[in-house]
Amino acid sequence: MSLSTNQDVDVKDLVEKVLEAYPEKSRKRRAKHINVLEAEAKDCGVKSNIKSIPGVMTIRGCAYAGSKGVVWGPIKDMIHISHGPVGCGYYSWSGRRNYYIGDTGVDSWGTMHFTSDFQEKDIVFGGDKKLRKAIDEINELFPLVNGLSIQSECPIGLIGDDIEAVARDKAAEIGKPIIPVRCEGFRGVSQSLGHHIANDTIRDWIFEKTEPKAGFESTPYDVTVIGDYNIGGDAWSSRILLEEMGLRVIAQWSGDGTLAELENTPKAKVNLIHCYRSMNYIARHMEEKFGIPWMEYNFFGPSQIADSLRKIAALFDDKIKENAEKVIAKYQPLVDAVIAKYRTRLEGKKVMIYVGGLRPRHVVDAYHDLGMEVVGTGYEFAHNDDYQRTPHYVKEGTLIYDDVTAFELEKFVEAIRPDLVASGIKEKYVFQKMGLPFRQMHSWDYSGPYHGYDGFAIFARDMDMAINNPVWGLVTKSPF
Amino acid sequence: MSHPVSQSAEQVKDHMTLFRQPEYKELFERKKVEFEYGHSDEKVAEIAEWTKTKEYQEKNFAREAITINPTKACQPIGAMYAAQGFAETLPFVHGSQGCVAYYRTHLTRHFKEPNSAVSSSMTEDAAVFGGLNNMIDGLANAYALYKPKMIAVLTTCMAEVIGDDLGGFIVNAKKKESVPDDFPVPYAHTPAFVGSHIVGYDNMMKGILSNFWDKAEDFSVEKTEAINLIPGFDGFAVGNNRELKRIFGLFGVKATILSDVSDNFDTPADGEYRMYDGGTTIEETKAALHAKATISMQEYNTPQTLQFIKEKGQEVAKFNYPMGVAATDEFLVKLSELTGKPVPAELKLERGRLVDAFADSHTHLHGKRFAIYGDPDFCIGMARFLMEIGAEPVHILSTSGSKKWEKQVQKVLDGSPFGASAKVYGGKDLWHLRSLMFTDPVDYLIGNSYGKYLERDTKTPLIRLTYPIFDRHHHHRYPTWGYQGALNVLVRIMDRILEDADNKTNSVGQTDYSFDLIR
Repeated sequence: MSLSTNQDVDVKDLVEKVLEAYPEKSRKRRAKHINVLEAEAKDCGVKSNIKSIPGVMTIRGCAYAGSKGVVWGPIKDMIHISHGPVGCGYYSWSGRRNYYIGDTGVDSWGTMHFTSDFQEKDIVFGGDKKLRKAIDEINELFPLVNGLSIQSECPIGLIGDDIEAVARDKAAEIGKPIIPVRCEGFRGVSQSLGHHIANDTIRDWIFEKTEPKAGFESTPYDVTVIGDYNIGGDAWSSRILLEEMGLRVIAQWSGDGTLAELENTPKAKVNLIHCYRSMNYIARHMEEKFGIPWMEYNFFGPSQIADSLRKIAALFDDKIKENAEKVIAKYQPLVDAVIAKYRTRLEGKKVMIYVGGLRPRHVVDAYHDLGMEVVGTGYEFAHNDDYQRTPHYVKEGTLIYDDVTAFELEKFVEAIRPDLVASGIKEKYVFQKMGLPFRQMHSWDYSGPYHGYDGFAIFARDMDMAINNPVWGLVTKSPF
Repeated sequence: MSHPVSQSAEQVKDHMTLFRQPEYKELFERKKVEFEYGHSDEKVAEIAEWTKTKEYQEKNFAREAITINPTKACQPIGAMYAAQGFAETLPFVHGSQGCVAYYRTHLTRHFKEPNSAVSSSMTEDAAVFGGLNNMIDGLANAYALYKPKMIAVLTTCMAEVIGDDLGGFIVNAKKKESVPDDFPVPYAHTPAFVGSHIVGYDNMMKGILSNFWDKAEDFSVEKTEAINLIPGFDGFAVGNNRELKRIFGLFGVKATILSDVSDNFDTPADGEYRMYDGGTTIEETKAALHAKATISMQEYNTPQTLQFIKEKGQEVAKFNYPMGVAATDEFLVKLSELTGKPVPAELKLERGRLVDAFADSHTHLHGKRFAIYGDPDFCIGMARFLMEIGAEPVHILSTSGSKKWEKQVQKVLDGSPFGASAKVYGGKDLWHLRSLMFTDPVDYLIGNSYGKYLERDTKTPLIRLTYPIFDRHHHHRYPTWGYQGALNVLVRIMDRILEDADNKTNSVGQTDYSFDLIR
């Protein structure tokens, strides 16, 4: 494979032409978010984590989505109240495939939608009273609930409600943690601030106010999995590898997670971070406060998995290091078989990626393992540190787009004509109409898991079925 | 702890089977026992049983503050949907941007189609100073990039709470040349804390009509023979609107569907992405002022709109998601009455074929008990349909349902002996329905994809007949209105009943004497 990509397309010229459609002020702003990766670049050369421009069809969401939808929502033994009008909780109800094991409605509530369903009078007179009552009703109807969180929707911060006071009072009354989260959708520029706010509430309302479970016995091999939302079971197919190498995963954040796991996390020897973007805050806090080191790892594709397993093992003793090698060896026949089966079908196929937190870089080597090439990538809500972590995954000439607009993505894809677009549900059908294979890379297109060795087999199968399905041959072959 | 690798390249196991392998079963158990600190299995079983009791139901129905699994969304998605039925119209949602991502996602997951709308992306500073600049820049960007013929502005609750004035903002934006002065920018205030998506639909429909009709100069123009029809928020719109157009064609009437999403939400895969397709044109919308009458297919989607149209001198007629023989009869008779044209013979034939199908299937339907939930109009249409085939609606529930609606449904139920055991629940949610389905079980449940949790918990087979349907494909392409639509509804219900019969009798040597080849 060559060291650069997009050699047959004048990508810089393409970017300029696409940007011509904007009014001047917006063109200048958008130009800073798009770049073609240069050789040996230290970062991607794009601005990020800046407000989206009005009216351009950003693909981003909001702080509520980052807190309720990503960080808090998957904690299965708590009830997360979408506090405000009915819509936010309705649209995010069961939307994210955070798999969990539990008796829904009895000891788990992950696929349910709880809302204070604000009416006009709640806006005018405030919603604190209703919130108090809602907490009582929940505690009565769901006695096994281990805690609650209050996920603020836009009006809460605008009408001056004091959800912290409600949380303090009611937590004391019912004897369970209640976490008030100020994740109103207008805060910040994307989901990202919601992640941060949610992380901070775990710090302030869990670590500061509760204790690790009595009787929890530590071992030298205790780790956590942080920033894995168990989409289609990702955290499980990751956890199994860590357990097989002799480590004990004492907490999953937050896919299939519980309140107790959050509380016990400060007992970990190492925090292992998969989605750096959404949970680096709490990892850094625990490093400062409790002296727990953290490490970013990548369980997409065999190259990165083996690399990560070795790096994780390097933090432990020789027994673990030996075990890591055993685990890698154990799965090698599977890896070889998967690559033997799929690589010939996928070799040289070009991919354009546009997703969220970690995947625009983390999945790149999984494609490389299958002989595929990434020709464009970008993040919805990355910060500079994400773009600094990206260049070593992708090649010179790769088109980089931050907070891409629907217009830009359509034009870029049209011109570059990759063999696969890997993005989200809002993008999926646009490209399928154009006759381009597509995989949703937020929800794994209802498949998964994609993490770990078991997940890689599924990833390879899915990319093959997308690219080599006969339907694409029918799109433009009408005989009349 | 050591198991051989279950995954294989030959037979790739995904989440459906991978996690049933022994290594994962043991992993789940270890996680639960060592780290989750949950409640004992006995306690969980005890509470699970308690949630099925009458006592629990009473507590559940005493709820005043928390809503659990409602059957309603918020205003803006309804407004956005209404706007997307107009030709080359781009919805512009003024307020926080995350809302738009949610609406687009929700509609896309149902229709399996792209869904285009933009946000004015207001953040903290706009919360303090108002969103005028976002409107000015946003309209200019949207107009330049997406080249719409019309931009329909609606609001998220953020913009409503801070009190942004859409009318004034749009005038200002036009002064700043964001869009040409004569470019249509209708708008509707759509606060999420009032009503639900059906109210949003009404507000936007009225907003768009008043944008064109209030400015019309030719008030004195005589009414034409044409009629208008407003479908309302409908997950089956692709099939239904096309069926309506076929019926208009058979009648030979000139009819305008105001907000027709059928082409926009069903574009072909032929190599070209169409951001806009079909829909009611601006010319048609303007001309619709002079129509003789307007029919609303969903009364609760259009109260303000119909009032507005009435004030413009048109006759109005309203239906409640008409399904089945009698409701279709009423619709066609009304159409005939308004246009002076007889009901075409072709439709009379279709009616006969539908009744024939009912007769063929009635033995499996008579006396079967159903729970129904969804939007207010859908519930009425569905209840009438069931009673017409000899089935019994038992629980009828709509979170958007008002007291007035409850009375209206009761009147419908009172009209048939098959409605005798039914109760109507306005303002209640699917957690209420769960209690009802345990204490007063039914044979089948009719609703949307969210009903699958009730199906799982109560083991009541679900028939998906209303928005949103995320976990089944393509049903929205088939009509539920007209005699043809009623036939589809019948088939969907019959298929589920007969599959259920097979599932309940397929135990070899135990029950399969009833596993009949002929049913």
